[in-house]
Amino acid sequence: MSETPTPPVRFEAGSELPELTITPDRYATVRYAGASGDFNPIHIDEDFAKQVGLPGRILHGLWTMAQVARAQTEAARAAGLEGPSALLRLKVEFRGMGVPEQEVLVSSTVDAVEDGVATVKATAKQGSTRIVRNGVAELRVG
Amino acid sequence: MADSTAPVGKQYPPLTYVVGREKIREYARAVGETDPLYLDLAAARAAGHADLVAPPMFVVVYASEPLGRAMFDPEVGIDFPRLVHGGQEFRWERPLIAGEEVTTVVTLDEVRQLESANLTYYVFGHRSTVAGELVSTGVWTNIVRGAA
Repeated sequence: MSETPTPPVRFEAGSELPELTITPDRYATVRYAGASGDFNPIHIDEDFAKQVGLPGRILHGLWTMAQVARAQTEAARAAGLEGPSALLRLKVEFRGMGVPEQEVLVSSTVDAVEDGVATVKATAKQGSTRIVRNGVAELRVG
Repeated sequence: MADSTAPVGKQYPPLTYVVGREKIREYARAVGETDPLYLDLAAARAAGHADLVAPPMFVVVYASEPLGRAMFDPEVGIDFPRLVHGGQEFRWERPLIAGEEVTTVVTLDEVRQLESANLTYYVFGHRSTVAGELVSTGVWTNIVRGAA
């Protein structure tokens, strides 16, 4: 193996970071409930979710936010940084409702880089439904 | 109309959580993480860490119990079936490492009504420390729809 002279990902204003896609399987919300401690039945009980007017079980917003975070830390890693140490801040708004068994797409664009900190704008979508909007991440990149 | 007697400014008792190696692995797998820092002890140590590194969003795991106690406080009076998670912000000072003990304090920072849309916003804040050193803060925005 030889060192790659130029990292494949660069944090520069205007550059798009690699997209992240993941399709949560049928039981993703059950595993996330166990891992996170959030057992709200709207995420794990189809009948309950329908009783409260939802189309069915919905994804945890914080699972989706974790995908937005992962897109940032993986981009940092691809740029030669330590992913979890690079992420300083992440802010999101949850809109729409995420559902299991449909692909989630996270898109991220570097907005600015100042004093070694990159500000990234990010969204998460399922098809045409935006499930995270106005995502803003800050990463230490220099 | 929402209950206007919600105790804005109330601070809840601190709770301490011990970050466990297998809990990090369980969480990392549940969100699809593949970075060896979260999963492979040898890789984490080779990168200079004493043990596995927790993904940033692991904050959800150690903050959930103190946040839950605040949200279920009868004085706050959240109508859970009408609750949606409106927004979330986290700031991280550094990643946590397995074995660390993290102490979290939650406060009810704001209760705001958007009467035009019949929504009530409940905004909670958390602050987490390890041995007195700040490691993360969060702003948790919960929205109750059509509060009676």
